[in-house]
Amino acid sequence: MARKIRGRVVEMSHAAKTPHLGSALSCVDILVAAYWGAMRIDPAQPLDPGRDRFLLSKGHAATALYATLAYRGFFDPQLLERFNCDGGALAEHPSLQCVPGVEAATGSLGHGLPLALGMALAQRIRGPRFRSFVLMSDGECEEGTVWEAALFAAAQRIQSVLAVVDYNKWQATGRSNEIMALCPLAEKWRAFGWSAHELDGHDLAALRSALAALPDGSGKPVALIAHTVKGKGISFMEDDNNWHYRIPTGDEVLAARRELGLADTPLAASQPPSPPTPLPKGEGTSP
Amino acid sequence: MRNAFAAVVTELAAADPRIVVLSGDIGNRLFDAFREKFPDRFYNCGVAEANMTGMAAGMALCGLRPFTYTITPFGTTRVLEQIRVDICYHNVPVTIVGTGSGLSYASLGPTHHSLEDVAFLRTLPNMTVLCPADVAEVRAAVAAVLTIPGPAYIRLGKKGEPPVHRQRPAFVIGRGITVRLGSDVCLLGLGTMVATAVEAAALLQERGVSAQVVSMHTAKPLDEDLLRECFARFALVAVVEEHSRIGGLGAAVAQWLAAQNPYPPARLLSFATPDVFLHESGSQPYFRKSLGLTADAIAAEVLRAYGVP
Repeated sequence: MARKIRGRVVEMSHAAKTPHLGSALSCVDILVAAYWGAMRIDPAQPLDPGRDRFLLSKGHAATALYATLAYRGFFDPQLLERFNCDGGALAEHPSLQCVPGVEAATGSLGHGLPLALGMALAQRIRGPRFRSFVLMSDGECEEGTVWEAALFAAAQRIQSVLAVVDYNKWQATGRSNEIMALCPLAEKWRAFGWSAHELDGHDLAALRSALAALPDGSGKPVALIAHTVKGKGISFMEDDNNWHYRIPTGDEVLAARRELGLADTPLAASQPPSPPTPLPKGEGTSP
Repeated sequence: MRNAFAAVVTELAAADPRIVVLSGDIGNRLFDAFREKFPDRFYNCGVAEANMTGMAAGMALCGLRPFTYTITPFGTTRVLEQIRVDICYHNVPVTIVGTGSGLSYASLGPTHHSLEDVAFLRTLPNMTVLCPADVAEVRAAVAAVLTIPGPAYIRLGKKGEPPVHRQRPAFVIGRGITVRLGSDVCLLGLGTMVATAVEAAALLQERGVSAQVVSMHTAKPLDEDLLRECFARFALVAVVEEHSRIGGLGAAVAQWLAAQNPYPPARLLSFATPDVFLHESGSQPYFRKSLGLTADAIAAEVLRAYGVP
């Protein structure tokens, strides 16, 4: 599934001429571990009050989230072909319930963790019980709101929130540990009162067990520092920060798909645009 | 006003389990009664207003009705990004309550003045902006925001504001309340300046000019029916607010007026603060006087504009 999503994400970037491909590829395994295993969700009940919430706080990886939700059954994958089209539902950064399964509008960094803490308090106050998973980028950890939220969560011993940092060591224009002093990142979270675990962010089995083990028994909020590779899965994109902004050519899409072991398919861009698939009724903007 | 807010939110929370109060580490003892009755629905969020505002949105996405409470600039302009994206974009029912608005906290210095908050929040889609005139309107405004589906901002003074209403006003969001009837000129007051407008009307009466006074407690959405009626009936309409003349109620009325066709004959006056920061120390009465926001100054200017020698 991770390979299928990566292939789709590369196609979407090419077809819609959108950047942030490296950022999307680096978090695909985290999404797969969450949506196929760790989270209590039912794609047929996307607004079930007791569902686990997933907040893509690094909203610029929207293509990875859209492809994940589509293949997990939240909406028809055909809709992915309308990504970034005029008048479409799927923008370069996600908006609230733009398709079933998208829990919040994100894209401005540092918003996901406070939202998730509010959701955690809401379920503490009124129930039902659920967990919230927040996927952040390492560059995002430069936002002050992340640390405001970290202090609050530790004080309130919020254990239903899992913060996952997609630690690919890059941000838009440089190394995240050079532009800001993020390192040592796990120690920072621990110093803020969190239980922090480091793991390989491309090891699906390790990710699944770490995501599923929430709360982790420490009595503290939990952070997973997932060491990842930006552009993961495609050799000529891996750890090359040009792919934060570069758009793949048609040949590069084909090369990427071959590397991923996917069949050569006509490129999404060369297909006639499909009519938009209607969304389920009554599931518009109300949360 | 802040005591009235704490009292009414405590009363309403008994019947409405969705109400939650989030405080940005202010209001020492203000919420003791709320905390005692509803310990699970009060959070002191510390000196971290951006996180508080984002959390409020997260709660509201799960069906709660959170109120955030802190000193106005810290709960509004400091966290405009969170209000815009987390609250207004998601269109969730968070109520931002700012205390010490306008020049109520004048003596605390320029960081604590808030003369731009109405302008900033008015621009955000889905946002309702309420500026109650007195304690009675505060109580009514808090109850009223629970009836709307989206975000709201309630702009409070501090304490000891003079009452404008003798009895409970008929408060409807988006509908100004006429607090004094008149026939020559109309004063549209915003928030705590309504009481000053009433004083100014009394001074005008002494000079033979009959002034109507309206509490325009809702800066957004604007009461266009009331404006249409006022500009048709009166020769002069004056907006009185403790807010910058850029983007406040006066600016909103002027923008509405500019789009009218036929253009009404009534003249518009604006009493507001100028486009400057205040660098001196001083009390609220001191700054109101120096900026021409007293009943005397307002009455004198209205008389001049109305043509009474």
